[in-house]
Amino acid sequence: MSDSLIRSYRFRAEREAQWQDLERLVSIAEKSGARALSPSDLLRLPVLYRAVISSLSVARSISLDASLLDYLESLATRAYFQVYGSRSSPRKAVGRFFSRDLPRAVRAARRHILASALVMGAGVALGWLLTASDMDWFYTFVDPWLAGGRDPSATTAYLRSTLHDAGTWKDELVAFASFLFTHNAGIGILCFALGAVFGIPVVYLLFVNGLTLGAVCALFDSRGLGVELLGWLAIHGTTELFAIILCGGAGFLLADGMVRPGRQTRLAALAARGRSAAVLVLGAVAMLLVAALLEGLGRQLVQDTGIRFVIGGAMLAFWLMVFAFGGRGERHDEP
Amino acid sequence: MTSPEAVAGQRLRGGRRLLATPEGVPLELELAERGERAGAFLIDIAFMAGAILALVFAVSSLAASTWDTSWLEALFLLAFFLLRMGYFFGFELAWQGRTPGKRLLGLRVVDRRGGTLTVGAVAARNMLREVEVFLPLTFLFLPVAGTVDGWIKIACLTWAGILTLMPIFNRDRLRVGDMVAGTWVVTARRSRLQQDLSVVRSASRKGRWTMAAAPADKERRYRFGAAQLDVYGVAELQVLEQVLRAPDSATSRETVREVSERIARKIAWDVHGNPIEPRPFLEDYYAALRAHLEHHMLFGDRRADKHVMEVRRSSPAPKGWQPPQSK
Repeated sequence: MSDSLIRSYRFRAEREAQWQDLERLVSIAEKSGARALSPSDLLRLPVLYRAVISSLSVARSISLDASLLDYLESLATRAYFQVYGSRSSPRKAVGRFFSRDLPRAVRAARRHILASALVMGAGVALGWLLTASDMDWFYTFVDPWLAGGRDPSATTAYLRSTLHDAGTWKDELVAFASFLFTHNAGIGILCFALGAVFGIPVVYLLFVNGLTLGAVCALFDSRGLGVELLGWLAIHGTTELFAIILCGGAGFLLADGMVRPGRQTRLAALAARGRSAAVLVLGAVAMLLVAALLEGLGRQLVQDTGIRFVIGGAMLAFWLMVFAFGGRGERHDEP
Repeated sequence: MTSPEAVAGQRLRGGRRLLATPEGVPLELELAERGERAGAFLIDIAFMAGAILALVFAVSSLAASTWDTSWLEALFLLAFFLLRMGYFFGFELAWQGRTPGKRLLGLRVVDRRGGTLTVGAVAARNMLREVEVFLPLTFLFLPVAGTVDGWIKIACLTWAGILTLMPIFNRDRLRVGDMVAGTWVVTARRSRLQQDLSVVRSASRKGRWTMAAAPADKERRYRFGAAQLDVYGVAELQVLEQVLRAPDSATSRETVREVSERIARKIAWDVHGNPIEPRPFLEDYYAALRAHLEHHMLFGDRRADKHVMEVRRSSPAPKGWQPPQSK
């Protein structure tokens, strides 16, 4: 052999300093976060990472030194996590989520969300029609615990008082709002998680909720309290029902990925849809927090039906604006 | 060059997987063991339980003082919700796929397609814990009396059990959350750069070679011909590397002696004419064999192990090619 040295040995001797430089930077970043690096080191990190990943690629084809390959593999992997890990501040990430990621996910899943709204709407319509034709249906659709005495046997005066009585919860408004939020958000997340498994529970949940809502509407409408009830519902309902419809849409999105994976494998399709569905649910959780504040505080403090409609309508317009126009300006492929 | 899409998710031996990087060079990752993951989960649950206990303690001691109970109740509900839903989500987002439990055991969540771990992915994999862990727990405590009969309970538990034990049923050890989020859980390996064995000299000889002055072929005490190097392949070379890298002990010295004798026999080394000193002999053989195999590898001829008999030195003539005929 003409070479006095093994080629892979010379390869290593030429690049070793670079590798150790990167190893030092990565160790600092792993221990105390990428922010602990000086600005110049931060700039060098991706450059060194690319150098090491090219070293790895070369080493795989020319070197048979197992320990060297192992070292380069682990170093490149560690650097990869530092270079491609998210590094934006939490506040920025939250802002970007609501202004860009969420609206885009909503727009991308608009057909699934529409389907979810239709299923719920069908429930409302059926519940209303059946109950209006025969009040006995009310007992089938509405859980007596949920109704709390608001059933066909109650007097009109009592029913009206339930729409305007703030007295019962006055002392514990905050606790009530907090309870509503945690309860509803828990249900929303469960709805998504169940959707990931079958999709059918989502249809069922949406439809049954619609039935209950329709039955209650029919009851109040039969006593001439329809408009007042709608105001009572609208103040928080535009936000809350929208959020529930989003969760249902997320469930449908997942089910769609499993049923029609297209050209991808089922697992890949599920993963791709799962992420945007989760974005929808996160958004819905945030909306439920707003809804709980409106329901727990706003509805008790605002007794006038007209103002209730105004607030509810304004919230609906706000969400629609956010979802329709958010994140349109920026490029899609930005990390 | 294979495309990243073709590389992504490719299975290697055991729990190794290839991850496609944007640079086009795939990285080899090692999937975390199921036991390690269960351990990390238990550690995290313990931390959560500790935090909840501390919360209960703080709330009850505040309730005794002059605080307004309504606010306290609201705070408690919110904090509990945040802990239950936000513990895994928050840590995995802030620490790039690690929670305290995963960090302690050296585990990490990564995107199967090799991108950045997104908010959606982290949220998806952790929201599904609701049906994987918390729902089965409620099934477990379902009352058996009255209308809910035993069969329904058994059906629920079976269904929940399949979901919970999903990592056992697939080779990628994915739980349902990983499937929905498109993630893997891997062990974060860390290995040190060791000296190149082809230049290391044992202490009994001229001392260590520095990087600048590696030994030339002619300075080596033992030299081998091509026929003696054609005996072995890459697999044997790397076993030899392991033998030489083993920490010095009575057993490792014994292994070195045995291996050197076996190799000497196999390559028909003239033991009487040129007696061998085990370690230097193996080191020189390692260096020569590696140079030999790497040289052939450069010409596209990678010999996996000693069982690959036919070593192609030139590419065969293409089919249908006729040598020019002389008239």
